[in-house]
Amino acid sequence: MKKEYLKIDKVVGPLIQISDVDDVFYGEVVDIVEISTGKVKKGKVIKIEEKNVIIQVFQNTAGLAAGNSIIKFTGESFNLPMSLDLQGRIFNGIGEPIDNGSDIFSLVEANINGRPINPMSREYPRNFIQTGISSIDTLATLIRGQKLPIFSGNGLPHNELAAQIVKQARLGDNVHEDFAVVFAAIGVKHDDEKFFRKSFDDANVMDRVVMFVNYADDPIAERITTPRCALTAAEYLAFEKHMHILVVMTDITSYCEALREISSAREEVPSRKGYPGYMYSDLASLYERAGMLKDQAGSITFLPILTMPNDDITHPIPDLTGYITEGQIVLGRDLFQRSIYPPVAILPSLSRLMKDGIGDGFTREDHAEVANQLFASYSKVQEVRDLSQIIGEEDLSPTDKKYMAFGRAFEAKFLNQGFDESRNIIQSLDLGWRLLALLPLTELDRLSPENITKYFPKES
Amino acid sequence: MAIMEENKINGMISAINGPVIKGKNMTTFKMREMVTVGDKRLIGEVIVLEGDMGTIQVYEETEGLKIGEKITPTGKPLSLKLGPGMLKNMFDGIQRPLEKIQELSPIFIPEGIGLLSIDDQKQWPTTLTVRPGDVLLAGSIFGTVQETEVIQNRLLVPPNLSGTVIEVVPNGSYTIEDVLVRIQDGKNQVYELKMAHEWPVRTPRPNAYRRETLVPLITGQRVIDIFFPIAKGGTAAIPGGFGTGKTMTQHQLAKWSDADIIVYIGCGERGNEMTEVIEDFPKLIDPRSGKSIMERTVLIANTSNMPVAAREASIYTGITIAEYYRDMGYAVAMMADSTSRWAEALREISGRLEEMPAEEGYPAYLPSRIAEFYERAGSVETLGGDDASITIIGAVSPAGGDFSEPVTENTKRFVNVFLALDKSLAYARHYPAINWLESYSGYIKILSDWYEDNVAEDCISLRNKMLELLYEENKLQEMVMLVGEDVLPDDQRWVLEIAKIIKVGYLQQNAYNKDDTYVPLEKQYAMLKAIEYLYERGREGLKLGIPTSQLKDLDIFSQFIKMKYTVPNDDLSGIDRLKEEIDQHYEVLFKKYEN
Ligand SMILES: Nc1ncnc2c1ncn2[C@@H]1O[C@H](COP(=O)(O)OP(=O)(O)OP(=O)(O)O)[C@@H](O)[C@H]1O
Ligand SMILES: [Mg+2]
Repeated sequence: MKKEYLKIDKVVGPLIQISDVDDVFYGEVVDIVEISTGKVKKGKVIKIEEKNVIIQVFQNTAGLAAGNSIIKFTGESFNLPMSLDLQGRIFNGIGEPIDNGSDIFSLVEANINGRPINPMSREYPRNFIQTGISSIDTLATLIRGQKLPIFSGNGLPHNELAAQIVKQARLGDNVHEDFAVVFAAIGVKHDDEKFFRKSFDDANVMDRVVMFVNYADDPIAERITTPRCALTAAEYLAFEKHMHILVVMTDITSYCEALREISSAREEVPSRKGYPGYMYSDLASLYERAGMLKDQAGSITFLPILTMPNDDITHPIPDLTGYITEGQIVLGRDLFQRSIYPPVAILPSLSRLMKDGIGDGFTREDHAEVANQLFASYSKVQEVRDLSQIIGEEDLSPTDKKYMAFGRAFEAKFLNQGFDESRNIIQSLDLGWRLLALLPLTELDRLSPENITKYFPKES
Repeated sequence: MAIMEENKINGMISAINGPVIKGKNMTTFKMREMVTVGDKRLIGEVIVLEGDMGTIQVYEETEGLKIGEKITPTGKPLSLKLGPGMLKNMFDGIQRPLEKIQELSPIFIPEGIGLLSIDDQKQWPTTLTVRPGDVLLAGSIFGTVQETEVIQNRLLVPPNLSGTVIEVVPNGSYTIEDVLVRIQDGKNQVYELKMAHEWPVRTPRPNAYRRETLVPLITGQRVIDIFFPIAKGGTAAIPGGFGTGKTMTQHQLAKWSDADIIVYIGCGERGNEMTEVIEDFPKLIDPRSGKSIMERTVLIANTSNMPVAAREASIYTGITIAEYYRDMGYAVAMMADSTSRWAEALREISGRLEEMPAEEGYPAYLPSRIAEFYERAGSVETLGGDDASITIIGAVSPAGGDFSEPVTENTKRFVNVFLALDKSLAYARHYPAINWLESYSGYIKILSDWYEDNVAEDCISLRNKMLELLYEENKLQEMVMLVGEDVLPDDQRWVLEIAKIIKVGYLQQNAYNKDDTYVPLEKQYAMLKAIEYLYERGREGLKLGIPTSQLKDLDIFSQFIKMKYTVPNDDLSGIDRLKEEIDQHYEVLFKKYEN
């Protein structure tokens, strides 16, 4: 029988400190029972010094005081029961059902912290996923098993884009049998959560979605566990049940802010902008859980969404994320203001895994060249636009004028597409060729003569 | 191998804070001693001793540890077992083979698996090259083992032993634990020599003396070999924001450098990148040996989700392995991707120790740690009397891509080549995104003789001339952005045109193209020489009053942009034909203007 404790020495934000404790282990889960109501809060041991223990409480610590609660050490790590029945269910950030359904019963339990995948056991991801979105499929191709975040800003349509990807992407070969979505909402508004729920309904996948929700008005310490619960469920479904899992997670910015708040409650030395020095490793312990394993079916494709404070890509949250993920899809405010949906800013966007998943046998032989040429030409458009700001479009050279026209057409026709419009990769590539044809052939130095002969649109 | 020594007094855990734990009853422990922690026997290292209290950094996940569990000393510092069996293998940050870990746990890496090391069961056909009576000095070679198809492991007398041979086994198959030779020193003390010996990772292995570095590390990458060369035995840093191409560049160097041995450390980076190396390297053929490049490669992986203390150690593990092969007389090149993650691991541990932070939370000893690390590079004469070298190439990942942060700044102080990766070049898909204005090589002067003797008399002056042209272009571009290109005089517009060829046709190099991924020096030189030729012929035309628009023949220009793909690496006649074409074209053009 484990001991129970009555005396709380100190409450600082989400942390409580108790003394004279024996026989607890690092990472142990505790139940904090309010004596008057019998309500139970959960917490976890995050520091032990002799007989003093610091516990991070996942629910609100308001009202906690010496003498009004009993602290019980459970002798367990933070484990969740795992089962196929997770699908179609909704949980809070510590994995308790909040949909009035029954508890999950299972003999299989998993520690939500997971453990690092041995690089020897990984399979390098190479399978193209068609999202039906031209900018992504052509220029920042999503690969099954990839971690590819959406870098967005407040008010930009990142939720719509993620919902469109969920609706249109085909991850599994056998779409309805081996495919599921794990959705984690971290510190989101009730409206946003509703939007996703509705879009899963519309996409007809609700019975294949596992949801973990921590609302904006829920306790911040629970934001630390929300993504871990979700990824644990994803790992179980992908690596034990061999399903193809798409993990959508929003908003990583709320997660990092929670991390900062707890770190400051612990009085740790901050690094940039007050975020803790270990934020890189902490984020990596989430992002690196995506991937595929050798010699077995199943995958975790991970689409985290984050809102860049002040649209600043050098802010620690997008910065550290970009250093861990396999590329990023960046949304641009100027495109959004010009009503282009999805407003994917292609130049800072990147998919590091696309090189092995495109081309002959995957998409089409000309894919790499078309992508390169579109990048090079669109980047030249930016230069020409800068110049035209100074000398006026009228005074641009004839070639530069063509770049201006190409830039406008590219944004209006290629980037811009409907929320319900899905284009296959062949359509997207052909569209790319038609737009490139607006430029003089001599400017297209990334295209090989063979592909030009084969794909360059004939004047009709 | 038993790591617990008898008769040693155990300590006891008294505090746990992530990867840092405190213990008491530790008076008999030594600073930097390797210990096992708790019932699960996690591996750790003593980093602070104060009275009977000690602080330990733990190389494995500490979840589940309790106050009062025991801390067991091993009696030795954190050490590696150095012997055959490291090449073609991948290890974690403390030299545990990931393949063996996989046998114990197929997918995830659990804690408490103990101290594993190189294979001690494998039988290696061994040739002994000494006889009783021979005097063996420290670091000399007493036998050989063919470790891989291309690398012979030269069995070394450990750097701290010497003596006269009293016994040698016959040639035959042995494991790394078999005694092969017995030597006796002046005090009649007898030592056993095995294929492998242990060495503490934090102690640099000694050498006879340092020598000057006079030979470049040939990488097959134009912007490096011609513009910013790295000397064998030198140091280089590759700083850049995320996605600018640090890892790609490091992979390219690991694949194509003309070093004998490659030690590649994935320090706090992605798991998939290490998987990629394991999948790709065995398929790539080394242009020099004709064998797979994996045959000469050792991989160390502490991915970003592995324990952070082992990240700190991984850098030392890597450099110690590099020194071991250097001591056999090899030219070793070591890539560390990314040294910033190592520095951040230092910062995290320092924070948990509640040390006083200096800049941006980094400990005050950051600069000295960086210096010590890069100082382990160098060209040396080994204790055994051979020429050998270690070249270190470290990636740096500056926060926010801003080079004025502590890790980049301090690295800059201690390295001689700075290959600055540039976000705007990467956005424009100019790869490798090495910014030619910000990058530099401190080796140009001492390597110029080598280039003159081995490539061409004018190789370095050609390089200087083309670099100046690029500097000039940069100034002109600033003007263009103010007034447009049309108002520039023709000779300046010609500079812009040629600079564009240098940038697109020369500096850009496609790692995914099978010919362009590695380019021999002769072709690198010939390409640049041809560009210079076009530049000079054009200037003749300018003197005749021919406008740039006339000089810029679209067909010739597009051939220049594509010559990296169209001229095969082993047949440069295409470049001569291109020059002939220029001559023919300009002769006609010049005639028109001469009259
Ligand atoms: N020489 C090259 N040739 C072709 N593509 C390249 C080259 N260098 C970089 N790239 C492209 O840039 C992408 C990012 O490169 P890389 O992964 O090396 O960046 P990084 O600097 O290591 O980023 P991080 O700091 O996040 O690890 C690659 O996936 C590839 O698409
Ligand atoms: Mg990298």
